[in-house]
Amino acid sequence: MRTADPITVFKPLLFAAGLLPAAWLAYRALIGRLGVNPVETIEHHTGDWALYFLLITLAITPLRRLTGYGAIVRLRRMLGLFCFFYATLHFSAWLVFDHFFDVMEMAKDIRKRPYVTVGFSAFVLLIPLALTSTNGMVKRLGGGRWKRLHSLVYVVGTLVILHYLWLVKKDTYYPILYGVILVALLALRAPLFQRPRRKPAPTAAATLPAAATIGD
Amino acid sequence: MLIRRPQEIPSSEITERSVCLRRREFLSRSIDAGLTAAALGAFGGLAAPSVLAGEKLPGVAKSAYVTDEELTPYESATTYNNFYEFGTAKEDPSLYAKELKTRPWSVTVEGECARPGTYALEDFLKPHALEERVYRLRCVEAWSMVIPWVGFPLGDAIKRFEPTGNAKYVEFTTLLDPEQMPGQRRPVLDWPYVEGLRMDEAMHPLTLLAVGMYGEVLPNQNGAPLRLVVPWKYGFKSIKSIVKLRFTEEQPGSTWNRTAPDEYGFYSNVNPERDHPRWSQARERRIGEFLKRPTLPFNGYADQVASLYTGMDLVNKYF
Repeated sequence: MRTADPITVFKPLLFAAGLLPAAWLAYRALIGRLGVNPVETIEHHTGDWALYFLLITLAITPLRRLTGYGAIVRLRRMLGLFCFFYATLHFSAWLVFDHFFDVMEMAKDIRKRPYVTVGFSAFVLLIPLALTSTNGMVKRLGGGRWKRLHSLVYVVGTLVILHYLWLVKKDTYYPILYGVILVALLALRAPLFQRPRRKPAPTAAATLPAAATIGD
Repeated sequence: MLIRRPQEIPSSEITERSVCLRRREFLSRSIDAGLTAAALGAFGGLAAPSVLAGEKLPGVAKSAYVTDEELTPYESATTYNNFYEFGTAKEDPSLYAKELKTRPWSVTVEGECARPGTYALEDFLKPHALEERVYRLRCVEAWSMVIPWVGFPLGDAIKRFEPTGNAKYVEFTTLLDPEQMPGQRRPVLDWPYVEGLRMDEAMHPLTLLAVGMYGEVLPNQNGAPLRLVVPWKYGFKSIKSIVKLRFTEEQPGSTWNRTAPDEYGFYSNVNPERDHPRWSQARERRIGEFLKRPTLPFNGYADQVASLYTGMDLVNKYF
């Protein structure tokens, strides 16, 4: 019998952990502890966690290359979907609390406010990535096309940082901090930082699900 | 095994829920009698050697300048603040302003006036009777509150210093002290914070110098010991913890205006027609409400102040 590999054990734990920020928010809402400006708390909290999950997702590839631990890539889809999950909550809060489903007002906001324009674009671009995250879609698209489509995530990352940078009044500490992290994560993909490619051990490749073998 | 149920608590021992929820009010009422007696000897308690934030201000007259809108809860108004001297997060001022020493405090008056000088706060305040005014506060970030301030008209103070004919503006300066104000250790803004008003704005009866709110001495995070309140302008014009007044002939600086001239004008009157370049000013979120409400011209004080700006283009030029 095979011993359970660490990723298989870790994955459900990660799933539970990914839900914690949402659970924490729901709990605070339930006990009426969302602070003085609850809408702002909801919008900041969900936006922050969408960004964190985006950066964590983008950290997987460099981590794999630096450590040579290939199996870690099997966490990437779930992390990416958590980013989408929090982005959806973030978008919904804006939809409901800032505009209360007023489509005209939202359209005006998107057209007129650069930080809304880029934030909204980032969310829209995440949708095809989430929709094509299933094994079936990877197969249907084929590895090359799937990979090209999913390189949109770099565009999303850039838009999200701009969104953050343009919405703060003056103190740009955090947007710049996350911007630097994003640039670092993208830079680590440069050939300079890559280990010479090794041939994957045939047994390991055989156990990887289709989605996990795709990618860089 | 026999487990005894705890004895019922007699209902006479149970504090009424409403009282429990208002315990600070309850506490302050309980000691009010003693405190008032102790403080009344001096001017409004403010001249007492140790004035603590939250101390009840006795002898505050009601005024006609009120709104019947629901007051923002004290808790909200004192924990959700923009006071970058103590940090840029909303809760920072309530966390870090405790250290600020508001006594001794002095206010320097200089520039185009007959009676410049440095006045101990007690002397600065002494001639003025305190009154309560309930004003709307509209932040440039599109949220708003309703706050009962305690203070006196800035105009009354200005008259005492006898500004000359050259005095066209008043400039205000906040304390500069990175030791006490940790936010000033980072160059987020060009410290010290300065603000300015045109003379007619400064002399307008709505313009208030506040020393208290909710019937109590100003908490440090709300700008103790002395702050400006200009209810028809965005909140950042209402400068906090003032140490200097200067009468000038030229339009003085204004920190936010200097920081981003296209985003924050010198006048910064609340104006739903003039959007912030990055966000709309047409609506605001009243703290305590979920959906936004329309923003009123001059924050609802148009009847009183719109005439100050007759003929001025408040959207494109004098925003």
